[in-house]
Amino acid sequence: MSVLPLPDADTIAAEAAPTEPVPPAQRRRGVPGFLRRPGGALGAAWLVVVVVASFTAPLWRPYAVDEQDLDHRLALPSGAHLLGTDPTGRDVLSRIATAGAEPLLSAALTVLVAFAIGLPLALIAAERGKRVEQVISRVTEVFLALPSTIILLALIGVIGSRMYIVMAALGVLISAAVYRVMLGVAQSVRQRLYVDAARVNGLGSLRVNVVHVLPSMATVIAVQAAQLFGIGLLINAGLAFLGFGPSEPQPSWGFMIQDASKHIYDDPWLLVPTGLVLALTVVAANELADALAGKAAGRDERPRARRRAPLRTAAAAAAPADPANVLEVRDLSVSVDGGPQLVSGVSFALRPGRVLGLVGESGCGKTMTARSLLGLLPDGVSVSGGVILWQGRDLADLPEKELNAVRGREIAMISQEPMVALDPMFSVEYQLVQPIRRFRGAGRGEARRIAAELLRNVGIVDAERVLASHPHQLSGGMAQRVAIALALTGEPKLLVADEPTTALDVTVQAEILSLLRALVRDTGLSVVVVSHDLGVVADICDDVAVMYAGAVVESGTAAGVLDEPAHPYAMALLAANPHVPAGEPVPVRLASIAGTVPPPGSWPTGCRFAGRCQFAQQQCTTPFPALPAHGDGTVLCIRAAELSGARWGAVAVGAETVPAPAASTLTPPTPPLPTAGASR
Amino acid sequence: MTAAAVSPPAQTTTPALEVRDLVVRYGSGRKARNAAPAVDGVSFDIAPGETLGLVGESGSGKSTIGKAVLGLQKVTAGTVRLHGQDVTAMSLKQRSRTVADLRVVFQDPYSSLNPARTIGQTLVEPLRLLGVRGPDAAQRARAALASVGLPPDAADRYPAQFSGGQRQRIAIARALVCDPKVVVLDEPVSALDLSTQATVLNLLADLRDQRGLSFLFIAHDLGVVRFLSQRTVVLYRGQVMEAGPADAVGEQPRHPYTVALTAAAPVPRPAEQAARRAARESAGFGTAGAAAPSATGCPFVPRCPLATDVCVQQRPPLRPVGDSRAACHHADRVPSL
Repeated sequence: MSVLPLPDADTIAAEAAPTEPVPPAQRRRGVPGFLRRPGGALGAAWLVVVVVASFTAPLWRPYAVDEQDLDHRLALPSGAHLLGTDPTGRDVLSRIATAGAEPLLSAALTVLVAFAIGLPLALIAAERGKRVEQVISRVTEVFLALPSTIILLALIGVIGSRMYIVMAALGVLISAAVYRVMLGVAQSVRQRLYVDAARVNGLGSLRVNVVHVLPSMATVIAVQAAQLFGIGLLINAGLAFLGFGPSEPQPSWGFMIQDASKHIYDDPWLLVPTGLVLALTVVAANELADALAGKAAGRDERPRARRRAPLRTAAAAAAPADPANVLEVRDLSVSVDGGPQLVSGVSFALRPGRVLGLVGESGCGKTMTARSLLGLLPDGVSVSGGVILWQGRDLADLPEKELNAVRGREIAMISQEPMVALDPMFSVEYQLVQPIRRFRGAGRGEARRIAAELLRNVGIVDAERVLASHPHQLSGGMAQRVAIALALTGEPKLLVADEPTTALDVTVQAEILSLLRALVRDTGLSVVVVSHDLGVVADICDDVAVMYAGAVVESGTAAGVLDEPAHPYAMALLAANPHVPAGEPVPVRLASIAGTVPPPGSWPTGCRFAGRCQFAQQQCTTPFPALPAHGDGTVLCIRAAELSGARWGAVAVGAETVPAPAASTLTPPTPPLPTAGASR
Repeated sequence: MTAAAVSPPAQTTTPALEVRDLVVRYGSGRKARNAAPAVDGVSFDIAPGETLGLVGESGSGKSTIGKAVLGLQKVTAGTVRLHGQDVTAMSLKQRSRTVADLRVVFQDPYSSLNPARTIGQTLVEPLRLLGVRGPDAAQRARAALASVGLPPDAADRYPAQFSGGQRQRIAIARALVCDPKVVVLDEPVSALDLSTQATVLNLLADLRDQRGLSFLFIAHDLGVVRFLSQRTVVLYRGQVMEAGPADAVGEQPRHPYTVALTAAAPVPRPAEQAARRAARESAGFGTAGAAAPSATGCPFVPRCPLATDVCVQQRPPLRPVGDSRAACHHADRVPSL
């Protein structure tokens, strides 16, 4: 599948003035990914060499396969015989090359037959649902239980050494295994929504499978095929070794190996060329399969990166920490190693018992900022500047071992998906008791008592029942409560909550927010909450830092920022919220922000929001410092003072900008009915 | 088990979509028969050009109703009519021949577009079945892209090259390319960021007004539903709790569950939110999933502060309360927000 050549992004933007520019096309031409791995490239190259050499052998082989050079029997490699000769003086190179076509073809036949049966069955079973699937699966189980070698030998006993038929029969036997693997893949692909969308569009079953299901299975099919090909080769050679192959003088790899094994003491070399060709071909098929599988899994074989880049600008560390702050982040930068910055120059401070919200859209760096507090950045991403001052230490500069002592004991984390924090294999009791014993040095009975108490503290009434359950038995809200209890096992002073309620229903979210609020009130815990939801921020946060494109654009008290936003981005986020205050009418159109967040590496100089800002002017494109706002807070907008009290307005994008001719071809004359949308 | 139909006040024309006493049970066998159905006797109409919001939390059956309407989910009982034509038992293939004007936009913009096909191929696909091919189809695909605010050359690209909001617009373009009359919107904006969500909601509102589309708008967020819909249906555990004009349901909820849902949605105004939170905490709603609901009575009983014996024994019918209809024995005692 190649990408068509596309005009540059600039021309697109110019042509489509009323429409939104789409990101520039990624040109995905050139070498496929699996060939960029050494194993895949070498494997593919070897297979190509073997296939070409085998099928062209009659054109170039130095000797005929039965041409005997009786003066040079069992000869070592020489100018006349590059790979030596066999016991009757026949040229080994010519025989290996000539013998190749049969096993390669028959292994391919095996693969073909196996897929021709297994794949359609898998597609049918995945499509037709449980009953059909059960019938097919039971039948294939019978096939899986058959001893295939014995059946093949019995078949040879009946029909003789007609290898293509035998190898096709092997394909039939293997098809059950192919079906098994393909069924799982087909079922998961069928759950994707584009398959449902195609079905709603009325596509026939065949077309849905060919166009939408099969392409997504291609990589798995290729992996399986390459592996089966290797197995087919081995079985073919094995049968020939036993004498069930092409009969003399026609050469076969298996029989040549058998022949050589008789001379293992007087001419060990004879075993080498044939054995090596067979082994390398099988290994090449498997390497190719591995490389394809690696591509399927999206593995990127990159050396494991250090958590922190060695060259860190520590200038910001000079000033001493304000003792009133429990946490102080100054000028923090997070970068991809050798790549763009993800977070740049972020500063904020947190006082004990307060809740700070990091708010913004996805891709603004708020999660990276939060994770850097615990040194839990993904591989290949590290803190590249600034300090994280915590209890007199710089967490950004702490060795991994000391950081490990901080995690859980001093700073704990809860994430968006509570199930991620809980191990499905173990009971809640086990998962709570282990860290309690480790963190608090409690005995088993004492730890269990503390665990029950923690669960009651997070609002779980029947703590005993929950202790005995496994994570899958808990509802989402209950699981998040347990995850919070787990975070509290080390009696942390700071809790980092990354979108703690995003995956929950709104009534459950309200309960979890009330719980977090009660914990802060009762224990003096400080919390950093990452959220995209301004309502959540308004509910739980004392202070807010609004992030955009890796920088804090506005910070201050929650009431200050949310009630009187000073930065246009904060104004826009608030204006885009569809929840109107009680008693106010619902707006006809919502305010929105044109375009998207610029990705890391392509942040503009000056204000990063200028490209999407209604109030942007020429001066916004030059760098400027943050200005004080909301008391202790800041605002990163050069026009902040002028814009005081301004409102972000609704901008029409999309349907209203339809060019007239396009609209007329698309919409037949169906005027909107009087009732339609007239109320709004 | 029949809930009264939730219909617009003055119904003169045939509804674009008519759902009557819909019941959907998952699975088969005795165990499934004894379990509560995913959708339990839901009825509603959507007039041509009207948007109906279907609101509920996870497990409310709202997405199952959407799938049943689309024919992606087998219906246990009840009927689905499209422009008066019964499509309940029709296969998807039969539907494609007879009713080409029902389309869908799904929640997840990442899995709803085939990554191996260009946007153009994705858009042209449904047109082929309608007999539109070649340059005509390409022209309509470009027009559909323009109508959702994307440049025509987006057609040559793959989904991976677009952001979430752009993909959702492409999904909308795919739904519109056949010029449907009814579109099922299954949580079309819940995976999007706030600013993108606003853009997509505005786009949907524009399309609704320009083309007189009927939307079945499925969402979990009352505020979002209220923005786009004329009428709202609130679901809880597969049953209709309340139905009525969107503004009435939003401003003056008549069912305790709607009150709980509205009160739980946080607003981005700290002072107002503090007052709302205090009101919610003092209202005494039960914890979600606290106990299994009774099989015979109201499903909200375990969480309802107003629940009495009659609520446990008898399932309340939908009855008119104010401008809306609510399925609550104590609808007149429901506290105002």
